[in-house]
Amino acid sequence: MKLMTCPINGQRPISEFFYGGELRPMPDPATADDATWADYIFNQNNVPGLKQEWWCHTPSNTWFIAERHTLTDEIQRTYLYGSQVLEEVSP
Amino acid sequence: MPLRLLKFGLSQTYPEPRMFRQPDRLKSHYDVVIIGGGGHGLAAAYYLAKDHGMTNVAVIEKGYLGGGNTGRNTTIIRSNYLTPEGVKFYDQSVTLWQDLAEDFNLNLFYSTRGHFTLAHTDSALRTMRWRAEVNKHFGVASELVGPQEIQDACPEMDLHCGGHLPVLGALYHAPGSIARHDAVAWGYGRGADQRGVEIHQQTEVTGITVKSGRVTGVQTNRGNISTNKVLCAVAGSTPRLLDMVGLRSPLYVHPLQAMVSEPMKAWLDAIIVSGSLHVYVSQTARGELVMGASLDPYELHSTRSTFDFVEGLCTHMLDLFPFLSHVKIVRQWAGMADMTPDFAPIMGKTPIDGFYLDSGWGTWGFKATPVCGKTMAATVASDRPHELIREFSLDRFERYDLVGEKGAASVGH
Repeated sequence: MKLMTCPINGQRPISEFFYGGELRPMPDPATADDATWADYIFNQNNVPGLKQEWWCHTPSNTWFIAERHTLTDEIQRTYLYGSQVLEEVSP
Repeated sequence: MPLRLLKFGLSQTYPEPRMFRQPDRLKSHYDVVIIGGGGHGLAAAYYLAKDHGMTNVAVIEKGYLGGGNTGRNTTIIRSNYLTPEGVKFYDQSVTLWQDLAEDFNLNLFYSTRGHFTLAHTDSALRTMRWRAEVNKHFGVASELVGPQEIQDACPEMDLHCGGHLPVLGALYHAPGSIARHDAVAWGYGRGADQRGVEIHQQTEVTGITVKSGRVTGVQTNRGNISTNKVLCAVAGSTPRLLDMVGLRSPLYVHPLQAMVSEPMKAWLDAIIVSGSLHVYVSQTARGELVMGASLDPYELHSTRSTFDFVEGLCTHMLDLFPFLSHVKIVRQWAGMADMTPDFAPIMGKTPIDGFYLDSGWGTWGFKATPVCGKTMAATVASDRPHELIREFSLDRFERYDLVGEKGAASVGH
């Protein structure tokens, strides 16, 4: 069984978690034009690599960030959003 | 056929030529380079040669022919979609399928079974009634049936589903079929090869050259090619190729798993799908049950398979067919599904001249193989999107003009 570490509840089976997609910076909705906004909503680079992703531990509704490699499925580390300096991870 | 069989029996060596040649080197120039030797890529090559007379074409495949999602799907063919764009497109595909074995002179084991999509809730019934009406409007055989008709077609099914989620009705689609998927790739491959197309297996694309917005060449591990037209038909590897030409897309890649049981005497004629239970199942000519479920729940560019999947799918299979409790599962596997936000494909031209895309085939690509080949070949040959695929263009997302097809996905992904 694959395990993931929730920053609050510790190690849990992956079936307790919900995947929330890649962490992406949002353009300012007030100033972004339609094309920029469509690009933000739909498009991604999506080449496999080490990604920062939103995950949620569903029983406790804890949202956090996981750094996971999308080719090998290795989870490098997990932490609450804002609790660590988010560095740029290269794909 | 019996005489041919006798020839096979008596001959010391294999009496027929190979299905396709293995050219030992790449030419320096092709009119069209097709990346991806799956059903879609080979079908495009076949129709480029057959319908448009373009034979200076190379199909480049990293692995072996039909080894990707063409050989990993559960082979269901149907056209009971939800949007008018989808219904017209898939119906054209079903029509092409029916003559394919004749065209190829190859047995595709195309078998029309009838396709039941079970409804376990009122809301599911409502969507099915909607689908049935859209389908009928476009002349596709599709109707809502009640529990009795389902029971008549499949007496082995427990309509109570073990007490929870009893079956209330189903969308019945008589032309629903299955086919032997490898043979589809081989048939298209042989047909293209006989017309002069070169098929290069074990050849990996390492880069694509784009100069002032135009494709000019392809680099591979076996040498460089100059070309002005590249068709990308690589399913789960599409984001990696798009990255080579600097394009972004809404594609996201999740694994889709499937499995087969040991062979049994024939008992299941129909194809049974249940969205609520995340099950689809059919029985092959060999007697195995081929089963699939929903997508894996998170992004992964890998074809690994998991025990969780087998466990979950078996539980739901037993809800529908409790008598299978002693039947063994013999194989499981996964494919990389390139999903789109609206569950419709991304096909046609791109902002880069000469770079054509046949992607976003997520969990619904096998049934569309013939029509994709046909329409992409026309698009590449004339440099204008074929009218059946105009709605599926990449720029629909920029225009917020989506083709909402999620309601017709066979299971709730």
